[in-house]
Amino acid sequence: MHTEETTHVQVQPADKAKIRKIWVTAGILAVVTALEFLVAFTIPLEMATLRIAIFVGMTIVKAFYIVGEFMHLKYETKVLIWSILVPMIFVVWMLVAFVYEGMSIFDDKYLN
Amino acid sequence: MSTTAHTIDQPNRSIWDGGQSPLKASYGKLMMWFFLLSDAFTFSALLITYGLVRSAHPAYEGAADAFTFSNNYWPIPEKVFEAVPFLHGVNLPLVFVGIMTFILIMSSVTMVLAVEAGHRMDRKNVEKWMLWTIIGGLTFLGCQAWEWAHFIHGTDSGTVMKFLVNGEWIEKTIFGANLSVNQYGPPDFAAFFFFITGFHGTHVLSGVVLNFIVYYNAVTGVYERRGHYEMVEKVGLYWHFVDLVWVFVFTFFYLV
Repeated sequence: MHTEETTHVQVQPADKAKIRKIWVTAGILAVVTALEFLVAFTIPLEMATLRIAIFVGMTIVKAFYIVGEFMHLKYETKVLIWSILVPMIFVVWMLVAFVYEGMSIFDDKYLN
Repeated sequence: MSTTAHTIDQPNRSIWDGGQSPLKASYGKLMMWFFLLSDAFTFSALLITYGLVRSAHPAYEGAADAFTFSNNYWPIPEKVFEAVPFLHGVNLPLVFVGIMTFILIMSSVTMVLAVEAGHRMDRKNVEKWMLWTIIGGLTFLGCQAWEWAHFIHGTDSGTVMKFLVNGEWIEKTIFGANLSVNQYGPPDFAAFFFFITGFHGTHVLSGVVLNFIVYYNAVTGVYERRGHYEMVEKVGLYWHFVDLVWVFVFTFFYLV
């Protein structure tokens, strides 16, 4: 389809707004990572549930920007977006099932 | 007669019969997406198994300040990863991993800039940003090599651990880590460190190789002659995915 030789190439000028958006996304990722560090050092380790909830939330925010903006998925057709996102349900299910299983193993080994 | 001609001109074809891209993405990009989906399952399996094994081990209970390494409970990650190159003996929890995360995010940014330049047929900028991406990838690999070396060699004093050998408890000082024993915690802890960061590092390494091939082709004008820089986009998808996986490894292995 695209094998034909092009003899002279026209370089298009850069779209300032587009490049700005890339750096804004990069800035968001850097700020969220910095906030993760802040949480890691300010919220005491004893408050494990709160820490985990914040970390998971921030990770999802970062994943959204990487996949949506950098990988451009936000701007693809709806069918493509859903065919990538819907299978992730299996991962969520697997996470819940396996961590629950791990806690049951712990109970069997150390409590009973 | 005219009606028959009309049906021949416009055959009743669906968008899946060929000649166009039904999802408005090229075949190569689509297949990269589905490969990445399957790769996401592999990484999820590794991280979720980490969750399973960790929740099957006792957690450290007690004041965080009084934490010591023991094979009786799972270690607190930030107590394990607290070393930085050239700053021997200084306690800097998670600082080096933070630097590594920053390097990988930056190389992801330079990759988008390379893709953006490719859209504009701007060969000079594609070359420049691809080179920065490769440098970022190699720096990350170098950091990981140091991290592994430090993890394997361990701390100066090691950890005294008790083992049950032939029905008798014996004490032994353990330095560093291997797949059967480590000074930081239960054997599984080091095994997961090696497997998860190792599998991710392998992805980074193959990403750097792919980036180099694309860089080489851009420099020799292959894509300019072809008339488009779609290969930069496809390899870019892979590179962003590697960054995405690191975001999850960072959270679930180092922070939680």
